Amino acid sequence: MNRRAAILLTVLTAGLVALPGFADAYVLSVATLILYLAYTGQAWNVMMGFAGQLSLGHSLYVGVGAYVAAGLFFHLGIGPWAGLWLSIAACIAFGAAIGFLAFRFGISGVYFALLTIAFAEFTRIGFDHLGWTGGPGGLFIKVAQRDQIDLANFRGPPEMYYYAILALTAGAFALCAWLLGSRAGYYWQAIRENEEAAQALGINTFRWKMLAVVLSSAMTAVSGVFFAFYYNNLFPEQIFNISRSIEIILGPIIGGVGTLFGPILGAAVLTILADTITEVLAALGWEFPGVKQVFYGVVLLAVIMFLPNGIWPTLARKLGISK
Amino acid sequence: MPIDLVINVLIAGTLTGMVYGLMALGLSVIFGVVRVVNFAHGEMMTIAMYATVVLFAALKLDPFLAIVPVAAAFFVFGYLLQAAVINPFITRPEHSQFMLVLAIAIVMVNGLLMVFGPDARNIQVDYQLESFAFGKIFVDKARLYAALAAIAVSAGLFAFFRLTRTGKAIRACADNHLGALVVGLNVKRYYALTFGLGSACVAVAGCVMILLVDVSPALGPAYTLLAFVIVIVGGLGSMGGALLGGVLIGVSEAMAGLFITPSAKSMFSFGLLILVLLFRPQGLLGKKT
Repeated sequence: MNRRAAILLTVLTAGLVALPGFADAYVLSVATLILYLAYTGQAWNVMMGFAGQLSLGHSLYVGVGAYVAAGLFFHLGIGPWAGLWLSIAACIAFGAAIGFLAFRFGISGVYFALLTIAFAEFTRIGFDHLGWTGGPGGLFIKVAQRDQIDLANFRGPPEMYYYAILALTAGAFALCAWLLGSRAGYYWQAIRENEEAAQALGINTFRWKMLAVVLSSAMTAVSGVFFAFYYNNLFPEQIFNISRSIEIILGPIIGGVGTLFGPILGAAVLTILADTITEVLAALGWEFPGVKQVFYGVVLLAVIMFLPNGIWPTLARKLGISK
Repeated sequence: MPIDLVINVLIAGTLTGMVYGLMALGLSVIFGVVRVVNFAHGEMMTIAMYATVVLFAALKLDPFLAIVPVAAAFFVFGYLLQAAVINPFITRPEHSQFMLVLAIAIVMVNGLLMVFGPDARNIQVDYQLESFAFGKIFVDKARLYAALAAIAVSAGLFAFFRLTRTGKAIRACADNHLGALVVGLNVKRYYALTFGLGSACVAVAGCVMILLVDVSPALGPAYTLLAFVIVIVGGLGSMGGALLGGVLIGVSEAMAGLFITPSAKSMFSFGLLILVLLFRPQGLLGKKT
């Protein structure tokens, strides 16, 4: 990472840390959503951007992570800090099972992507019929006291959630930066670019792909726990929905797959774009259902057609950050 | 459980499954040749269903007659979509193609939402409530006609790929992209043609499906997933496999609705998909690559 990137990172971090000082509740909620998507996108990026395994079912890990922690809290009074580890363990179990089956049976590319969708959908319908978590009726956690911070139960004002997700995003960024320069990072990139060649060089591709899936699912579990305690309600129909998986991966793809800044930039661009469209349409009085998403889809189409590698690689070249 | 009820449900499931099969056939043909996964397939199906609703409301056009204009329009649309938008993407990575088609799907679903609103639409024709009775076995007329239309179109497409020069050329492009280029085939044009044909298939499926279910914009993504399940089970790229997969899924959905609970029916489809992916990833009738 060169000097310009370091400056950008410092300014960005300082700005984000200072944000609650001057932002109103609306801006803070948008910023929290952006960081949530940036963190989850970064987790997905480990699997797809680094190791080249396209997952279209990441809502599975968000959902399982959220439901495990929320269910334990709701039924047994186990706090989120203990529940977090169980969520991570559950997601690792899911990720490892899917990865093991897929990679052992030599499933890759489109077929792997469809397998991840199938597991997510299968689990969604399973949770719809699971009484312990409330089935399709949903699971509700008692809404937080807005004025006092109860760190042990992760209940508190919006600022607390904002700083929590900011810390997670920063942590994920640091972890990914370290991973990219580590042995694992180079092995993953070798596998992503040409799996057969990587194998011929003696890389145990099965093992490294498994590591990517496990790491990605564990990271996504944490965002599930955050989701559960931030929004306080969970419905299988929503949290496991394929549109959730798509929402997760849009950020990194628009921002730049496999880059460190891509997921953050993409999440910010898309969230702000969606909000701007909503406001412009409201100002014009065009508030029919679907209008917003049509515009969103058209802009998405334009970005994909004209910036196929995402916004970040182009922007980084303009800023003089990448070679 | 009375056996005649089971047989009735089995027949209904098989007939619906044939329409599913035709829908999936479009997806399979497109993937088999162009190697692009059409994530907007279910959305195209719902557009065809709405088109049939509109033609019926405006001109009292029977859905089986609506097949002709709707399929023709979809052929042109699919041809242009591939030629103008997707062809530049065929050499790009899979996730890039996926996002492209997904963005198109988002525009389609929400475009329908804008124009028609979220409520379900249907059409009513007099033969919808009639059925052929064989003792205690009843076969819905609309369902039977829909299945026959699906079989006829599938057979026509099958013959086209086997017997015509254009069909053979398209198969050559699918078999060996480089080889097809070397012998001077205009591969991009054949890709566009294939996308047009696949679109026409799903259009016909949509025209007859409106006789069996009500359409709402939210149905699009569900049909996309269903089409995927069917083609993977049958074998992605295999024409016979798509039809077999359609019937299997149609029957298993109907049976799950009868024996277990209707809301769990797609769990069986996805379970079947996972098993097939793991143990026979090329699908039941697919060729090993």
